[in-house]
Amino acid sequence: MTDTALSPQRAGTNPFAGLMAGTAGPVAVVVLAIIAIWYMAAVALNTPFQRDVYQRGNQADVPFTQLIADTLAQDRPVLPAPHQVLTEIYETTFEKKITSKRSLIYHSGITLSSTLLGFLIGTSLGILLAIGIVHSRVLDKSLMPWVISSQTIPILAIAPMIIVVLNAVGISGLLPKAMISTYLSFFPVTVGMVKGLRSPKVIHMDLMHTYSATRIQAFWKLRLPYAVPYLFTSMKIGMAASLVGAIVGELPTGAVAGLGARLLAGSYYGQTVQIWSALLMAAFLAGSLVALIGVFEKVTLKRMGMAR
Amino acid sequence: MNTALKPPNWINSSSLLSAGIVICALAALVTPAFDTGASLFADLPLTLVLLLLAALALVFVLKAAPGAGFLNGPARGTALLDAALGLAILCAAGLLIPLAHQNVGEATGGFWAVVVALWLSAWLFVERIASLQMKDPSLARAVNFAIPVAFGATLLLLWELIVTGAGVPKVLLPAPSEIWLRMTNSVPILWADFQQTFLKAVLIGYALGCGSAFITAIAIDRVPFLRRGLLPVGNLVSALPIIGVAPIMVMWFGFDWPSKAAVVIIMTFFPMLVNTVSGLAASEAMQRDLMRTYASNYWQTLIKLRLPMAMPFIFNALKINSTLALIGAIVAEFFGTPIVGMGFRISTEVGRMNVDMVWAEIAVAALAGSLFYGAIALLERAVTFWHPSIRG
Repeated sequence: MTDTALSPQRAGTNPFAGLMAGTAGPVAVVVLAIIAIWYMAAVALNTPFQRDVYQRGNQADVPFTQLIADTLAQDRPVLPAPHQVLTEIYETTFEKKITSKRSLIYHSGITLSSTLLGFLIGTSLGILLAIGIVHSRVLDKSLMPWVISSQTIPILAIAPMIIVVLNAVGISGLLPKAMISTYLSFFPVTVGMVKGLRSPKVIHMDLMHTYSATRIQAFWKLRLPYAVPYLFTSMKIGMAASLVGAIVGELPTGAVAGLGARLLAGSYYGQTVQIWSALLMAAFLAGSLVALIGVFEKVTLKRMGMAR
Repeated sequence: MNTALKPPNWINSSSLLSAGIVICALAALVTPAFDTGASLFADLPLTLVLLLLAALALVFVLKAAPGAGFLNGPARGTALLDAALGLAILCAAGLLIPLAHQNVGEATGGFWAVVVALWLSAWLFVERIASLQMKDPSLARAVNFAIPVAFGATLLLLWELIVTGAGVPKVLLPAPSEIWLRMTNSVPILWADFQQTFLKAVLIGYALGCGSAFITAIAIDRVPFLRRGLLPVGNLVSALPIIGVAPIMVMWFGFDWPSKAAVVIIMTFFPMLVNTVSGLAASEAMQRDLMRTYASNYWQTLIKLRLPMAMPFIFNALKINSTLALIGAIVAEFFGTPIVGMGFRISTEVGRMNVDMVWAEIAVAALAGSLFYGAIALLERAVTFWHPSIRG
């Protein structure tokens, strides 16, 4: 490509070229651009309502700067500005007691606990199922097609039914939500692990044969180490999916607690700032959970001598 | 492992299953099946079928036993045995289901023994056809298709028998037959919901989301700076719970389908963007050099080399998005809809404890999702016929 051939030359003339050559520079620029677009959109979307307010207050020819300042400080804006959302997040995390029902940390904690519980159950189930599928021809041929085709089904649609039906039996609280998370995180792990456990090459399996290794020994010493990178990749997908499951699982219970409940309550009462703060919090949770798995992945692969 | 500890050769899963079938079938014939005290002996055809099953299982045990070479006839004989097993299972299921419906919730030991026997026989049957070695590739494909179908049918059969036999309340889990009845009885409602959610929100949102992401990706690709900056951001956004924007979209675009289509657009945009951008980078330097020696310009290289090379990535995104789109539209309807739509129906019928209607709606959603995915997979086979994974 032409740009690769030209880049060293450009580095000589442009003092900022080094800053923009990696990933960090462009990402920072893109993020800044997104924030700028957000502010502009906030002004544009909130202007009609603000003009309405001025008209009712008989305020003619308001200066443009005043209009912008007012659109970014509305109580229930169509699109809240980033700083409004951040202020709301700060107020509901640091200035409220953790036990308070208005604390975002309290709600995040509820969502996080069912996410993690569901993720743990789902991952262990997925690993067990993958081990079964790899070692049994019958399971492979009968179950695997269903595992794959189940990914084409909108499983999340079952969520309200699981919650309500389990509530009717008397099981409520953490477990029903965790079950939805389990369901969502279990399939990526199964598919990834089956791929991973099958990834040792034939020549390596043959080597285990020549050592007269049993299937169990071959599993622990060859298949499982080989599957670890696949496990981490699918765990990242599973974690993101199980957070979505936990949030959706909180919707049908009537907005009691959790980030999903904050979303629903916000949409009932038109509290856009609250919706956006819950949304950003969920995004932050998902990002840090996935990053956490990434750190585990790095450490584990390094200790196993598989770091790239 | 010590070889001396290894079990003898003839104790394998097949013979163990067969032994289980014999024991369960015989147990079923001597213990009462229902609370009324009625034995399965009262039903002559079922008794005969059960005895046949037990006899077949006995043959399978004996075949595995040492010194039974005389039973191992030609291959056609075994195939006939397998066919007989499958037929016997079908007959037993067909006879047992009406019987269970006559005595809902009154099942006792005998009935459960038959259910276990049926389950084990189905397992044995699946194991038998899984071990078949087909030389003809089309026949092998048919067998590979039949195995999961048999597995699914077994699950449905067990679901039906257990739910009716134990008399599980309809609110908890309806039997498959009840769900089917509800589906056939409420076709107009289901069709209206399907139209609202799938034909309007999902398809329009999917086309707009994937299309705009595709165009954006091609635009980004011309600017390496944007590519380096947007790719990590796009990857991050793909992992976020985007579904949370649903309430915002409902506020902005109203209750009808445009708000759901907007959610679908946002959900499908980033996977498509990330995959198309990485797909456009998939062509090798050597291939691009070849295009330059042909003096082809940017657009010619794009259309003749880089887009075809990107197709596997693009179809991967299209497949992921087909599921995401349906999920997005259904969940967005939980936040507010007119009185039609799959998500609306699910949330309201759950509230009214009409669980069979919910299951019917879920079955429709599953069918629509699978067909959508299947259509894209077929298109992929037609477009990327050159790819090693398709050529096989």
